[in-house]
Amino acid sequence: MNRQFLRNLSAFMRGMYAGIPIGLGYFAVSFAFGIQARAAGISAFQAFCLSGSNLTSAGQFAGLAVIESAGALATLALTQLVINLRYCLMSCALSQKLSPETPFFHRFLMACGVTDEIFGVSVSVNGWLSPYYHYGQTVVAWPGWAFGTLCGALAGNILPDSVTAALSIALYGMFVAIVVPAASRDRKIFAVSISAALLSLFFTYCPILEKISSGTRIILVTLIVAGIAAWLFPMKEETKNA
Amino acid sequence: MPNASSIWLSIAVMASVTYAIRLLPLILLRREIRHPVIRAFLHYVPYATLSAMTIPAAITGAPSLLAGFVGIIVAILLALRGVSMVLVAAIASFAIWLITLL
Repeated sequence: MNRQFLRNLSAFMRGMYAGIPIGLGYFAVSFAFGIQARAAGISAFQAFCLSGSNLTSAGQFAGLAVIESAGALATLALTQLVINLRYCLMSCALSQKLSPETPFFHRFLMACGVTDEIFGVSVSVNGWLSPYYHYGQTVVAWPGWAFGTLCGALAGNILPDSVTAALSIALYGMFVAIVVPAASRDRKIFAVSISAALLSLFFTYCPILEKISSGTRIILVTLIVAGIAAWLFPMKEETKNA
Repeated sequence: MPNASSIWLSIAVMASVTYAIRLLPLILLRREIRHPVIRAFLHYVPYATLSAMTIPAAITGAPSLLAGFVGIIVAILLALRGVSMVLVAAIASFAIWLITLL
């Protein structure tokens, strides 16, 4: 019992450490969201609650545009569904990382913290994922996102643009640190990563495809690339207990 | 300008839809998936997603193309050397900040 407690605590602390760059990156991005939310006629407190309850970047920016134009609630719901559908894929992948002994209620709590970044870190652990590792990241990342929004909404441009821009790139540095080591070990992952990057570039700059929103682009690229890779290289049984 | 109660309602709708998307797969997929193609698909999803999110956003989101490229290359080199995630992120954003000062 005590050993288990210490193990959970250690996973939680490691999660908090991994959550630091996520929280900083979130702060910078949500700062910009806060500024935009005020411009759209939303109070600072509402912006804070919006970020705190949604914890998603692209979805919130798109939602803001719908709210500002007084769009229908159904439109708003549909926008969120399309842009955030990638979380569905991520939760599918995460469900496979939980050991059968993990109590069921953890799934309800873990769902709160399924974001691109936390997912990326959680899914890349070796062996089973401890829910506490996921929670550690969430409790550091969440305040970054929620309070970044609040500060942006209240204070506008106190941070110099160069600092905000550099901080928002921190997230991508972390993604690179997840993908590159795995890609250098495994040629299939290398092929998947390069193809996804190229396809994403193509979608971004190709004349008609460029109209697709970034959230949808990410889903399409993921489905196409991971789908083809899975069809070409299916995975036989493997032991997951590291 | 939207009024306050419609904003609160909008926030509630957005939060519910987003939470449901995150929660449903987690509570519906309780067993380990054995199908080799689906297993492989879920195994490749994170790498495809992370790459598609990073490229080109990391480069176009940087203050300049040069800063974006330098940031990505610094991050790749550090990651290849096995530097920890947090440090890679910190050094790459520091490098970008330095470039913008030039």
